[in-house]
Order: sequence, then structure tokens, then C-alpha cells
Amino acid sequence: MNSADQPIYQQIRNQIAEQILNGGIEEGGQLPSIRALAKELGISVITTKRAYEDLENDGLIDSVPGKGFFVSLHDKNALRKKQLAELQTQLKQLIGESKKYGMTLNQMVLLIKKWYMED
Amino acid sequence: MDDILELSHVNKSFKGFALDDVSFSLKKGYIMGFIGPNGAGKSTTIRCIMDLVHIDSGDVRLFGESFKNNIKALKQRIGFVYDQDVFFEELTVEKNKRVIAPFYERWDDDIFYRYIKEFDVPLDKKVKALSKGTKMKFALAVALSHHAELIIMDEPTSGLDPVFRKELLDVLLDVIQDENKAIFFSTHITTDLEKVADYITFILDGKILFSKEMEDLSEAYLLVKGPRSAESEIKAAHPISIKETSLGFEALMEGKEARELADQSNLHLERPNLDEIMYYLVKSNGINR
Repeated sequence: MNSADQPIYQQIRNQIAEQILNGGIEEGGQLPSIRALAKELGISVITTKRAYEDLENDGLIDSVPGKGFFVSLHDKNALRKKQLAELQTQLKQLIGESKKYGMTLNQMVLLIKKWYMED
Repeated sequence: MDDILELSHVNKSFKGFALDDVSFSLKKGYIMGFIGPNGAGKSTTIRCIMDLVHIDSGDVRLFGESFKNNIKALKQRIGFVYDQDVFFEELTVEKNKRVIAPFYERWDDDIFYRYIKEFDVPLDKKVKALSKGTKMKFALAVALSHHAELIIMDEPTSGLDPVFRKELLDVLLDVIQDENKAIFFSTHITTDLEKVADYITFILDGKILFSKEMEDLSEAYLLVKGPRSAESEIKAAHPISIKETSLGFEALMEGKEARELADQSNLHLERPNLDEIMYYLVKSNGINR
């Protein structure tokens, strides 16, 4: 598919995943309930539920029946590795695109160096 | 019993219009939007649920019980907002409340006055002096003030400005913080629904075209756009409906079929919004269920 906005549940999933991986939400910390988050964001319960289910499948959060959702205490390294693999895939795609438009390796390296240092 | 509202094979015919084998159900804890063009049967279906119109055949179950012989007791548990005036026009809001409240065993004045204040409804004004939007707010306050477990609303957002429509959606999400409650409402303003509805039921010409999870709906259909040159390919791929534009064409397709065309670089795939789905489905009227 060349252009379709990300579904809302994915946007929410990504936002929460990002916060967990960069430590914004602490390990073992409790997430808002599905219904509370749905209300807060003004979105449907099912959409929120899907985002949580995705996060659970990815091992980022655990559901404790009767208590709610918590950030997994799992091996963070494994998650980082996964995220890095994802970044590498994106980088590969970018290189492919750049080749299409005739960008040389040198040009790319120069740009990457320039922007990497800017931070 | 998870279904709070269930219609099975409901039929009702009038001169020139009929509800034809209407079936769908709503689970506790969720919001269902009921959409369809004017005259499709939205209000009639709601009137059937409330037994204001007697159905010819089929059954309606509320809270797991058939509504037959039971509707009076079951209505105590429903908060109902009509699309038309039901109040005493000559009486003030306060006096209307005094007339209405005794009908409900579980009426709660505290909640009522809280909503009246929140919604900014003047208690001392006669109902006939209220704007359409304010009347709707009053009706909503009444529907929410007797601990109803199921809120049924017929076109609640029509006549409301965008600011209050947003507030209304907040109120609805508030109601279903209690997962034993549910909300069913009809509307033709689909943008309101897109975010908060868990389920969408679409009625057209007295028949239910679909009743689906909103999330599934956005996968079930795709909008395909492309240049005129690709039109014959699209037509061969069984679009639900196709429209020519000055730039080319636009077609609504089943998600699966559209994805098979995704590799063609001259085509552009988009997630349709509810309005677009409704528009194209209405356009291709004879569609199979």
C-alpha cells in the first residue's frame, strides 16, 4: 500500500512503545485502564484495546487479570535489539530509495555525518 | 449474557417502506453508531426497539430478555433521547423535570442538576423558548439521570454545534467507564462517530448492510484512486462503486481485492472514512450483503 494513514490503534501502540523503550514509563509501572485511556484520548474502547493487545503480543506490557496493565519487566536488551533491527530495515529502504535517485555512497555518508553531529 | 441489545429478524412493513429482517446486537461496555441515509429506517428501527411501533415478526432482546410483555420494566433501565419534541412546551425545564422524574424508580436529582449545570440549560425557561440544541441537552440530562444501563439516542448530534458535539462524546465515553453499560445512537454526522464508536451498523432501505467493529471496517474497504488509463483494470477488479473525477477516477473496493492491485504504481490506495464508505455503498445500492 503506498499511502494510507496509520490506523489509530497503531499510532497509540507506537507512542506507548516509544515511551516504554526510552524509559518514559517505568518498568513495572501501571498503565491507565483501557476505558480510562479511551476517554482521555477521545477514542473508542476497542481501538484502545487493540493497541494494548499489540503491546502485549510484543512483550512490552503484561496484563494482570483484575488489576490492569503493567510495563513488562522483561529483558530490555531484547526489545532494544528488536527496535534496532527495525531501524536497520528502514535504513536499508532509505538506501534503496537514494540509489533510485542517483545519490552516491559518499553523498549519503556526508549527509549522515552532518546531521548526526548536529544533535 | 453479554448482549445488552439484540434484534433478531425484525420485520415491520408500512405502506411503501419496510424493515426487512433486521438483525444485529450490541455488547455491554461498548458504543454502537447506527448510520444510513435519510429514510433508510434508522428512526423506525429505534421506535421498534422502544416498542413505540409494534413489530410484525422477529424479536428484540434487552438486557437478555425479550421485550415482549416486559417493555415497561425494561424501559426503566434505558435512557432514551428522541429526535423530536417530547416535553411540555408551555412548562419550564424545572416543571418538566417534576413531571418526568416520578416515572423513573431510580431517578437521581443530584445527577440531573449536575448535568443541567454542566450543559448550561436554564431551569426557569419554558421549553418552547429553548433552542433545538438546548432542548437536546435537556433530553440528554433526563436520559442520564436515572441510572440507565443502556442509552439509546435518535440523532442526538443534529442541531448541536461542534463544541457541544465534542462534549457529548466525552459524556458518552464517561458513561461506558462502567463496562456494564452501553450506548446505541443513530446519526448522519459520521465524523462524530469515527473516533468513539466501537461498532457501526449501517442500514439502507430497511435492510442492514453490515454491523461491524469500526476497526475492521477500515480494513474491509479501501479507496482506490488512479488515472483514466487504469480505469478498465479497476473495473475488471469488481469495485463496489466507481466515480469519475476530472483527474481520473475514484473507486471503493473490498480491502482484499484492492490490496491485490497495490503493486501498481499508478494507483493510490487510501483508507476511506465513514462518509466515503456510506456514499459509495449507497451509490451501488444493489450490493450483496
